[in-house]
Amino acid sequence: MSKLLTIDRLGVRFGARDVLRGLSLEVSRGEIVALMGPSGVGKSTALRAVAALQPFDEGRIVIDGFALEPGAVPPESRLVPLRRRVGLVFQAHALFEHLSVRHNVTLALRHVLGRSGAEADATATQLLETLDVAPRADAWPRQLSGGEAQRVAIARALAPNPALLLMDEPTAALDPARRGILGTTLRRLCEEQRGLLIATHDGEFARAHADRVFILTP
Amino acid sequence: MLVWGGDAAGGAPFVEADPANPSRVRGFDVEVAERIARGLGRRSARFVQVQWSSIDQSVERGDFEIGLSGVEDTPTRRARHAVTLPYFEFREVLAVRPADRDRIRSLADLRGRRVATLGATIAYDMLLAARDSTGLLPVSYDDDVHPYTDLMSGRVDAVLLDHIIAQRALRRLGGTAFVILAHEVATGHYVGVLARADSVLRDSVDAVLREAMRDGSLEQILRRWNVWDESQGVLFERVLRGGVATQPAGPPVAERVIAYLPSLARAAGVTLAVSVLSMALAVIVGLALASARVYGAAWLRVVAAIYVEVVRGTPLLLQLFVIYYGLSGVVRLPAFLAAVLALGLNYAAYEAEIYRGALQAVARAQLEAARTLGFSEMQILRLIRGPQALRYALAPMTNDFVALLKDSALVSVITVVELTKQTAIFATNVGSWVIPGLLCAIAYLAMSLPLARLARRLERHWGGGVHPA
Repeated sequence: MSKLLTIDRLGVRFGARDVLRGLSLEVSRGEIVALMGPSGVGKSTALRAVAALQPFDEGRIVIDGFALEPGAVPPESRLVPLRRRVGLVFQAHALFEHLSVRHNVTLALRHVLGRSGAEADATATQLLETLDVAPRADAWPRQLSGGEAQRVAIARALAPNPALLLMDEPTAALDPARRGILGTTLRRLCEEQRGLLIATHDGEFARAHADRVFILTP
Repeated sequence: MLVWGGDAAGGAPFVEADPANPSRVRGFDVEVAERIARGLGRRSARFVQVQWSSIDQSVERGDFEIGLSGVEDTPTRRARHAVTLPYFEFREVLAVRPADRDRIRSLADLRGRRVATLGATIAYDMLLAARDSTGLLPVSYDDDVHPYTDLMSGRVDAVLLDHIIAQRALRRLGGTAFVILAHEVATGHYVGVLARADSVLRDSVDAVLREAMRDGSLEQILRRWNVWDESQGVLFERVLRGGVATQPAGPPVAERVIAYLPSLARAAGVTLAVSVLSMALAVIVGLALASARVYGAAWLRVVAAIYVEVVRGTPLLLQLFVIYYGLSGVVRLPAFLAAVLALGLNYAAYEAEIYRGALQAVARAQLEAARTLGFSEMQILRLIRGPQALRYALAPMTNDFVALLKDSALVSVITVVELTKQTAIFATNVGSWVIPGLLCAIAYLAMSLPLARLARRLERHWGGGVHPA
C-alpha cells in the first residue's frame, strides 16, 4: 500500500524552545493513525505543519508526492496541490459564522472547485446525511451543539474530497457515547482510500479506533 | 465701570487688538464706548470679546451692558432689543474686479453671478432679496477678509459690504486689487445695542451720544480713525433735530418663520448631500487605508498609520481651511467640493480604524480553515473575512454617519450654507433662537433617526448574533 503521508524527522522551534524534535511517522491510505501525548507536546503543531499553516525548521513532509521543506510556508499559489489533498478539522471547529451549515460545506465546492450550486448542494446534503447532521442544514453555526458543530466541520473539510484528513482533538467536546459513534464514522471515512491522522490525548479512543498509535513525549 | 461687548476679530477701525499692547483694544468703537462711559459718569470701560454674530444674544444674557462693534440698525434689532441712536452712517458698496468695472454697476448687473458678503447682515438680506428679483447668487462668509481674497481669485464676482470694510480691504490688498463702485447700493447706521429691559440705560446712552455730537468729541473720534465724512455731519444734525428716521418694523414673526421654511429645507438638503457624499468618500478611502494597514507591506502600513494619526490628531476646522484656502494657490476648489473632500478625508481616518478593528475581529481560526480549504487571500477577504467584518463595522459606522451629519455644520466656514448656518441666519433675522433652533433640531433628527433604525434592521436581518470567537 502506498504511503499517503510521510513525516521524516520533523523539528519545530519556537525561538529557543524545541516544540517538536525528530518526529517521524507514516500514514497509508485506508488507515487511521493517532498521534498521542499530553497537552503542549506539539501534536497540534505537527498537524499545522502538515497543513502548511506553520513553518518548520528540520526534516521533511511528503503528502502524496508533494514535498514541504523547512523554512517559510510557501505562497498559497504554490500550495494548490497540497490544499487539494489535505483537509483539517480544527479543535474549535472554526465554522464560518456568517454562513448556514449548508453554505459552510458548499462554499469551497463552489468557489475553489468551481462546482455549480446544485452540484455543491447535492454533495453537501450527502455529506451531512453521512455525518448525521442533515436536519441542521439551515441552522447557523452559533445554534449548533458542540457535537453537531464538529460533524459540520468534518463535512466541510471532506467536501473537496481530500485524500488525507487531519483532526485536532476530535473527542474534546464529546461524551463517551458520542466518542464511540465518532470512531465508527471515522472508520467509514477511511474506506475509499482515505487516510486519517488524529491528534488526541484520549488514549482510550486512540486504542479503540486507531490502526496505529504514535506517542509523543515531552 | 461700563462693561461693553464687541468683536476684536472685526479689526480696525472698529475694534482691534492694540499692536503696542495686544491685551488692550483700540478703534473708533472703543473710543465711542469710552466716551459713553465718561458721559454716564463711569470711571472706566471694560471690553468683553464676543463673536460679532452673537452680540445680540450675548447682551440679552447680560454678558455686558452695551454692544458696539459696527452693529447695524435693523428692524429686527429694534423690535427685540433696546437700540441707541445711530452714531455713524455707512454705505453698502459693491466691489468688483478691475476688469468688470464697466460691466457691473449695480446688483441688477449680477444675474447668475456669485456675490459675497458677511452672513447675518443687512447686506446679506439685500442679496437674498436680490436673489429672488435679479437671480444673483448670495455667498455668505463668517469674516470680512475672505470675501475680498475670493473676489481676487475669481471664486466670487462681487462683494457687497460696508464702505469702511471695503476701503480697509482695498488698502490691505494693495490699492488696485479690486474697484469699489462709487454709487452706493444703500445706506445704514451703526448703533449700540442693549438688553430689551435696559431701556432706561439706553435713554441715558442716547443723551451722552447727543452731547458727544454737540461738543464735537464724536467727530474727533471719527476723524482720528479716518472715517469722518460729510454724511456723518448730516447724520448728526438730523439726530440733534430729532428727525432721524429709524427703520420701520418688519413683518410679524410667524410670517417670517413661514417665509424661511423653504430656505431651511434647502439648507437641510445641502447638509444631507454634503454628509452622504463625504461618507461615501470616507468609506472608500477608509477601506483602502484599512486594507493597507492589515494586508499592506511594512512601508504601506506605516504610511497608512501616519495618515490616520495626523488626520485624527488635527482639528477638522483646520483641515477645512487648508483644503479651501491653503490649497487655493494650487487648485481652486469650489466650496461644496472642498467641503466634501475635507469631511470625507477626515472621516476616512475614523472609518479606517473601524474597518481595521472589524477585520481583525474575525477569528483567526476561520481564516486558517479557509486557507486549508484552498481559498485564495482575495477570496477569503471577499467571502469570509469581509462579510463578517462588515457586520462588526455596521453599528460604529452608523454612529460615525450621525456624527458626520452634525460635523457638516463646520463647512459653513467655507461659505457652504447648510442647515446650522441657515438656522443662525434665520435666528439673527427673527431675533430669537427658539423657533429656528427647534426647527433645526427637528430637521437633524429627521435625518439621523431613520439611519439608526435602518442600521438596527440590517443587523437583525444579518442574524444579529455574530460574536467574535
